[in-house]
Amino acid sequence: MSTNASALRHARYVLGENPVTAFAFGLFVLIVLAAILGPSVVPYDPLASNTSRALQAPSAQHWFGTDQLGRDIFSRVIVATRLDLFIAIASVALVFMLGGLSGVAAGYFGGWVDKVVMRIADTIMAFPLFVLAMGIVAALGNSVQNIILATAIVNFPLYARVARSEANIRREAGYIEAARLSGNGDARIVLTQILPNIIPILVVQMSLTMGYAILNAAGLSFIGLGVRPPTPEWGIMVAEGAAFMVSGEWWIAFFPGLALMLAVFCFNLLGDGLRDIVDPRRRT
Amino acid sequence: MRRRDFLKSTAAVTAGLAAPAVFPSSASAQARNETLLAISENAPNSQDIHGVGANRPAYEVSWNTYDRLMTYGVKKDPNGNDHYDFRKIEPELAEDMNVGANSITFKLKAGAKFHDGTPVTAKDVKWSFDRAVTVGGFPTFQMKAGSLEKPEQFVVVDDRTFRVDLLRKDHMTIPDIAVPVPAIYNSELCKKNATAQDPWAMEFTKNNGAGGGAYKVSRWQPGTEVVYERFDDWKGGPLPKLKRVIWRTIPSAGNRRALLERGDADISFDLPNKDFQELRAAQKLTVIGTPVENALQYIGMNTKEGPFTNVKVRQAVAYALPYQKIMDAVIYGQALPMFGDKDNVTTGFEWPQKHGYNTDIAKAKALMAEAGVPNGFETSLSFDLGLAGVNEPLCILVQESLAQIGIKVTINKVPGANWRNELLKKNMPLITNTFGGWLNYPEYFFFWAYHGQNAVFNTMSYQNANMDKLINDARTAGANADKAGYEAAVKGFIDMSFEEVPRIPLYQPLLNVAMQKGITGYRYWFHRQLDYRQLAKA
Amino acid sequence: MFSLIFNRLMLAIPSLIGVVIVTFLLTRALPGDPAAYFAGPAATEQAIAEIRAKLGTDKPLIVQFGRYVSDLARGELGNSLTTGQSVAKEIATRLPASAELTLIGLMLVVILAVPMGILAATRPGSWIDHVTRIVSTAGVSLPVFFTGLLLVYVFYYRLGLSPSPVGRLDVFLSAPPHITGFYLIDAALARDAEVFVAALKQLILPALTLAIFALAPIARMTRASMLAVLSADFVRTARASGLSSSKVIVTYAFRNAVLPVITTLGMVLSFLLGANVLVEKVFAWPGIGSFAVEALIASDYAPVQGFVLTMAALYVALNLAIDIAYGLIDPRVRISS
Repeated sequence: MSTNASALRHARYVLGENPVTAFAFGLFVLIVLAAILGPSVVPYDPLASNTSRALQAPSAQHWFGTDQLGRDIFSRVIVATRLDLFIAIASVALVFMLGGLSGVAAGYFGGWVDKVVMRIADTIMAFPLFVLAMGIVAALGNSVQNIILATAIVNFPLYARVARSEANIRREAGYIEAARLSGNGDARIVLTQILPNIIPILVVQMSLTMGYAILNAAGLSFIGLGVRPPTPEWGIMVAEGAAFMVSGEWWIAFFPGLALMLAVFCFNLLGDGLRDIVDPRRRT
Repeated sequence: MRRRDFLKSTAAVTAGLAAPAVFPSSASAQARNETLLAISENAPNSQDIHGVGANRPAYEVSWNTYDRLMTYGVKKDPNGNDHYDFRKIEPELAEDMNVGANSITFKLKAGAKFHDGTPVTAKDVKWSFDRAVTVGGFPTFQMKAGSLEKPEQFVVVDDRTFRVDLLRKDHMTIPDIAVPVPAIYNSELCKKNATAQDPWAMEFTKNNGAGGGAYKVSRWQPGTEVVYERFDDWKGGPLPKLKRVIWRTIPSAGNRRALLERGDADISFDLPNKDFQELRAAQKLTVIGTPVENALQYIGMNTKEGPFTNVKVRQAVAYALPYQKIMDAVIYGQALPMFGDKDNVTTGFEWPQKHGYNTDIAKAKALMAEAGVPNGFETSLSFDLGLAGVNEPLCILVQESLAQIGIKVTINKVPGANWRNELLKKNMPLITNTFGGWLNYPEYFFFWAYHGQNAVFNTMSYQNANMDKLINDARTAGANADKAGYEAAVKGFIDMSFEEVPRIPLYQPLLNVAMQKGITGYRYWFHRQLDYRQLAKA
Repeated sequence: MFSLIFNRLMLAIPSLIGVVIVTFLLTRALPGDPAAYFAGPAATEQAIAEIRAKLGTDKPLIVQFGRYVSDLARGELGNSLTTGQSVAKEIATRLPASAELTLIGLMLVVILAVPMGILAATRPGSWIDHVTRIVSTAGVSLPVFFTGLLLVYVFYYRLGLSPSPVGRLDVFLSAPPHITGFYLIDAALARDAEVFVAALKQLILPALTLAIFALAPIARMTRASMLAVLSADFVRTARASGLSSSKVIVTYAFRNAVLPVITTLGMVLSFLLGANVLVEKVFAWPGIGSFAVEALIASDYAPVQGFVLTMAALYVALNLAIDIAYGLIDPRVRISS
């Protein structure tokens, strides 16, 4: 109990000390709110076209302007938050399960388990990662599930390695030895002793890779492998708006791009902040 | 001093001082106004139109670096721009053509040479025609469209005389000899580079020129750049004005527009419709738009299976499409509308022409009720992702509009590589697509798009014996010069296609081209590629 | 040293085999039949079957794989259907373009990020530290294609400061005689100042796009490493003995902090080679990344396989080079391995 309290105190200290992290935290709350409440508070139907109001510049009526089909960009940007956040969270959760668990297993058991997991991680690392993600989505079809899967796969080595080295260090620790001597099975030790102890470190990774997941999905959208139209999604909106930039309609790509950047920015800063909380010595 | 002016002046100075430039291909040593810089989205993948999988840009290389025996004449379109004339066949490599009852005889021009200096003989012509009908794939298919099918048809009479023996009477034979496919190859050069596995030297001609056209390729960087130099010994027509043509691939549409607007590039076809609309209005560049002959963007419905087998449902869809919205917000007026005629009965027999449907949701709902599906159904609408710029917004508007009559549509993006494959399977319920034929005859269009032979272009799998009969009648009447019979048949099948609406024409696209003000001599061709030979720069 | 290299290569072999197998399976799972795509617009079933036979895609997967591997063993990477050229030749001509861009990008990063990191480390917690952190994080938060488009829009289209984004060289210049394939080096060797300047101008925007994306890891690593060194005893001693602060930082601290930065540099390099894909697309750069994307979209197997294999080999070579460099800089590493 007291460790929790001190961690909280430490967190408050870090937030107070580091205004940037506090800012990121505020941004995060905003993003989560947009994801939860977005669809019910936006001024326009994000899917409804209105060709008589197409390509209008930002105004009091349309804060972020309208796109080619007269859809309200502000509404689309806000509504897209949920999907983008979902892609990020789902892919990170998936890689946490796949990479985290197999990494822990590799670190704890060593031997052939370690060899297999590390060979898989090395193989993935040897791929140009974006092209691997592209290939997976192109081969399996462009749907939200496959974008999530592809993003998870390319992040696998990162998680597996971090989890492995952390598990490896703890394997010989006294409290693990004690648990083993008191007759606990390996599976039980991994799940109850090792995993809970390395979760904080993986959570830092998760925050950092959330940003990467969003960028990855946006990159896939840019080359045409994104979600199904007319679903609003930041990356696809930037990609479609890019064509209008030269003719002066900068707002179509700019605002979704800004949202994309802010979200990734927020996750990255948050990841840094979390790292400070979890492991003050590693602060960079 | 602007950069280009600077280049020009240094070019003049260096040309004066050291006449032979260090790099003969160095363009900065050549006058800018004899060099054309064309930009496009895609690059040619071959110099040879016969090659397996040769893409459309490859047709452009072939068209400018090879000659055909005959070519098409020119006319002015309603806007006063040059337009090839599909009724006028003129000599190119041949100096004349004699049409007999069962054969056509060509006399080759005296002194005609290939790029390597070898004289062009009838042997080369025969070898080239033999190749086109033998290698299979697209060239063989296109030759067949003019009843040019067997090597035995092609006869060398003497060095300068070549004869085609006719298998049957076909009014497409002569027009087909002037399309890009029967290009004339340097047979000796090709044979030298042929192997046992590759008797027609297809590997060689893919990356090397073997023709005698007005231009020869001097630099070939697949995917990036093609540079041509003029062939000064060309006999196929008046010597072209441009000495040099540089063709660069610029994948991003925004960059292509920026290059044109800033005067860095000279000419391009590949811009979004909206850009063409704005460039035309700004008047800084010359923009020429020509309706693409015999081409239509349409919504196709699967008549073999699913809800669209019911003609009432198809008509309901035809009344529910947001035609005008598509014209305004998707193609920015860069097309001719094909909807909203007073009824579905044609008055003339030209093609394409307007049908009688227009957006009328009440009528569409009534038709849905009559069809027994008042509450609609779910289906999917597929499009080619390679053409997403037009197709995606179009499909979103169609999706929104069909929702009003209860048809819930999910949009299905099909990657370009897979599109043809999906079309061949013929199981997509609802698609949008463009189809156009090279040869500008209604029966040619209908033969591919509506005939029960069920070609890949009959994307709706439409089969109707009455339709087939009308199409066949028109072909026979055409071949026998039976004007009245021909017109009756054409009118018959157009009317039927409107009443039965297996596909709903939306618009006839324009082929737009934007170029610098000083460029003259642009000519529209049915193959929709650039012909450098008539272009000039002021 | 040689046993180190040998061991590392042995370790890399299973990964490379894995890459070959996975790439093969992945490309075969791509939708679409290249035969249908290349059979032309009016293809009949029979025409497609002919092309399928020509391409060998009508055989069972295992036979195709066998053929692929035996071709690979002979150094044969196959032909690209979209550009019509042999993949080996394509990669050989395009790799220098990608490498030149990436290396210039990397140089830019070092020029920008290392001073930023040092500055931040000398004043931890100050506004300069926060600004460094925000700028570098913002850079890595921007999608590269968006940065690229924005830069083109502002510097080419609006301000007219940079040349048109048409690839490696202004259209009216021709490439320098081919020696290394790096235009800057080739132009310098040919003593062609005009081409050199033109090539450099074309490089700036795409390289800057890459650099912005890669600021964060280098700046952070420099900062962390400098922080650690600055608190070390020998630096304190140097300061105590009255050496000027800038001399301490540059000669004593930075030299000792450079090792982890070099490791990060290696990681960033392989990372940038991947990020290239989208940058090349925006800037019409004739590199291998844009080539691979086009091929993937067209279900054109051979270039995708060739590209992935090349990148994997580069990755292995790069890691080896880092290990060797590490050993040369810090002899202790050599002993412990």
